Amino acid sequence: MKAATIKPVKAKPAAKPAVAKPTAPKVAAPKLAATPRKPLAFDEMTAFAGNGPVTPEKVRDVYRVFAEWQATVPAKEFERKRKEAELLFRRLGITFLVYGKESSSERLIPFDVIPRIFAAEEWQLIHDGCCQRVRAINAFLHDIYHNQDILQAGRIPAEEVLINPQYRPEMQGLDVPGGVYVHIAGLDLVRTGERDFYVLEDNLRTPSGVSYMLENRNVMMRLFPDLFSAHKVAPVDNYPAHMMASLRALAPGGMNNPTVVLLSPGAYNSAYFEHVFLADQMGIDVVEGQDLFVKNGHVFMRTTKGPQQVDVIYRRVDDDYLDPLAFHRDSMLGVPGLLAAYRAGNVTLANAIGTGVADDKSMYVHVPEMIRFYLGEEPIISNVPTYVLRNDKDRAYVLANLDKLVVKEVHGSGGYGMLVGPAATTKERQDFAKRILANPGNYIAQPTLSLSTCPTFVSKGIAPRHVDFRPFVVTGKTQTLVPGGLTRVALIKGSLVVNSSQGGGTKDTWILES
Amino acid sequence: MLGRSANHLYWMSRYIERAENTARILEISQRMALLPHVAKKGASEWQAVLEIAGDVEDYSKRYGDITAAKVTAYLTLDRENHSSIWSTIRAARENAHAERVCITSEMWESLNATWLEVKDLTPAMLGKNGQRDFFDWIKERSHLFRGITFGTMLRDDAYHFGRLGTFVERSDNVARILDVKYHVLLPSVEDVGGAIDNFQWGALLRSVSGFRAYHRVYHDTIEPRRVTELLILNDSMPRSLHSCLDATVALLGMLSADKPTEAARLAGELHASLHYGKIGDIFKTGLHEFLTIFLKRNNALSAEIQHSFHLAA
Repeated sequence: MKAATIKPVKAKPAAKPAVAKPTAPKVAAPKLAATPRKPLAFDEMTAFAGNGPVTPEKVRDVYRVFAEWQATVPAKEFERKRKEAELLFRRLGITFLVYGKESSSERLIPFDVIPRIFAAEEWQLIHDGCCQRVRAINAFLHDIYHNQDILQAGRIPAEEVLINPQYRPEMQGLDVPGGVYVHIAGLDLVRTGERDFYVLEDNLRTPSGVSYMLENRNVMMRLFPDLFSAHKVAPVDNYPAHMMASLRALAPGGMNNPTVVLLSPGAYNSAYFEHVFLADQMGIDVVEGQDLFVKNGHVFMRTTKGPQQVDVIYRRVDDDYLDPLAFHRDSMLGVPGLLAAYRAGNVTLANAIGTGVADDKSMYVHVPEMIRFYLGEEPIISNVPTYVLRNDKDRAYVLANLDKLVVKEVHGSGGYGMLVGPAATTKERQDFAKRILANPGNYIAQPTLSLSTCPTFVSKGIAPRHVDFRPFVVTGKTQTLVPGGLTRVALIKGSLVVNSSQGGGTKDTWILES
Repeated sequence: MLGRSANHLYWMSRYIERAENTARILEISQRMALLPHVAKKGASEWQAVLEIAGDVEDYSKRYGDITAAKVTAYLTLDRENHSSIWSTIRAARENAHAERVCITSEMWESLNATWLEVKDLTPAMLGKNGQRDFFDWIKERSHLFRGITFGTMLRDDAYHFGRLGTFVERSDNVARILDVKYHVLLPSVEDVGGAIDNFQWGALLRSVSGFRAYHRVYHDTIEPRRVTELLILNDSMPRSLHSCLDATVALLGMLSADKPTEAARLAGELHASLHYGKIGDIFKTGLHEFLTIFLKRNNALSAEIQHSFHLAA
């Protein structure tokens, strides 16, 4: 998904819309990511104070108590805690499967014991910005599957929506409970300065990672109880309760005691442990396609006591595989007839079918416009400036500046199928240029952002490493953003790739209560 | 609960129990093979072992003639034999893996650890004496897993389906062990009551952990009639058929609390024949005939369990 390389993005006021305008870069970007004269990244602990030894006067307020504590802890102790954490994670079975190797294997995502800390007012900004965005996106999805006002107003080119493969004509005219399409969104944020946050992706389909938010906190509280008594860290463990409440609230016809299940692709899915973990926390069953069937327009699961009606499905299966009668015909993961039952209003799917149209990378550029159009507000958190290669002007600029940009596939995810210009060889860039020219509409490009860094315990001790942040917005009758999220960290020095599939790690994220 | 989940738990327990019983069968056979008399009889005993615990056709295709070493290899670590200890542990672990939501983490960790150790074992690593150690270890891991299950798992349907698998498999295996001793290894007339016969029945008792129990109950020398009575009818003997059916009936009663099931009825019927059965009548019918009928009814019960509770989609 993300990789960004370094470009000194001037801090922008958060409220100013980020419009993707190709402008000639003022400075030639460094050739290699490892060039020593890299511009400084904002550091979560020391802001722009530089890489030298951390002295008390450099430390930002929010990290003050932590830094004082850290100064009293020998490196050996961190190493001991790191090992202890690893043991705990292994015991809990919080692992994930890695694709693409000859035989996929179970791995632990590396966990870093140093927390990422936000102050209450920083959190407020993130909270408001994310909630605003998801509200606008839900309004957008309702609109394009009904009157299409935004297209008629010419604010978004109609063809971009209607020919998008993620646009589902099956959803046209269908009213979903509460008008909620995106029940769970996992927005990816990056930071470049004190108040400079950007949304990198919206992740509106089946975002994962929330189990790490919960388990990371669990493990941290076991490892460092004294730190928790010295800080007022907002709790995150009510997340499953919030999620369950919002799933129940949007059951068909507002029924009282709906049966909720989690639909998983099965034990070989990379996020299976998360499915099991969340279902366990919510006290619901994990089902697979073969456990469900549709009869007389209703969905049932096969239980030991016979068929039981299912009312709400928290599904972790993509649209394409949900119903072999409607989408991919050879899907073994889905339930034949599910779409018909859904259209009849007899079952709620979370997230709804067809949310993907709002989260591919070409639609992403229009989210600020959605916020203005539906909410009459200015975006609280900006987009990363994005070049859409379908547009001639953008494409010409990008092809001329491949060495400074990150180019991504519109539908890609997980850090696959992308070019990190500054880190690529000339040959790689030339090859990628050919792929772009063959199918320009499939790509977007972004400047390489200087992601903020956070102190991280690595083999040489504590050193800054680049991080991003994924909070989870849950929408039911009301909107909830549990104060926390998943901080991902690129463990390799200078690297900006935080994806777990590419060797990234995670951290606990603390929101301090004021 | 989901039928698929119940099915996984049922088979998870059956496979663990099967691994344990295969180890028990091999153990008793090796003990018996130490006797000069049996060694003379040779292959027929190992043929019998194959018949209880394996697939004779598959064996002869891949191994040829029947010898102690080959049958042991076939039933311990052969990866292509679906009923080898190696394969049954793997199957148990795979069933557990699919149901990590339904079992406790302690159960998973224990079973996973067993599999990780068995996974890379080779016949060379077992060696000659190692085999006995290996059988003991398998039994121990099975005991441990059952103990963890008993000590950690919520008493809900998931627990009951798991336990059900244990007892359905156990009664099947005990009936088979008994049948082999009495039918295939039928002692020649002059051996009956002799030292060798005595030793064999003792070995049989040991293989089902019943040697000491026998002496507690009968305070007398080992007699075939009493051994079979102990292993078929005595409800205090935890591996007896009666005992297994006691547990099965109780479990099916709980699982059928909402509405009666055919599985519960079948189990009750089978249980009655043991509860009210007399050893004299069993011998009148013929032990082999009795056991053959029992195995058939036990199999039918298992099939009905799958059907009554929608275990397979």
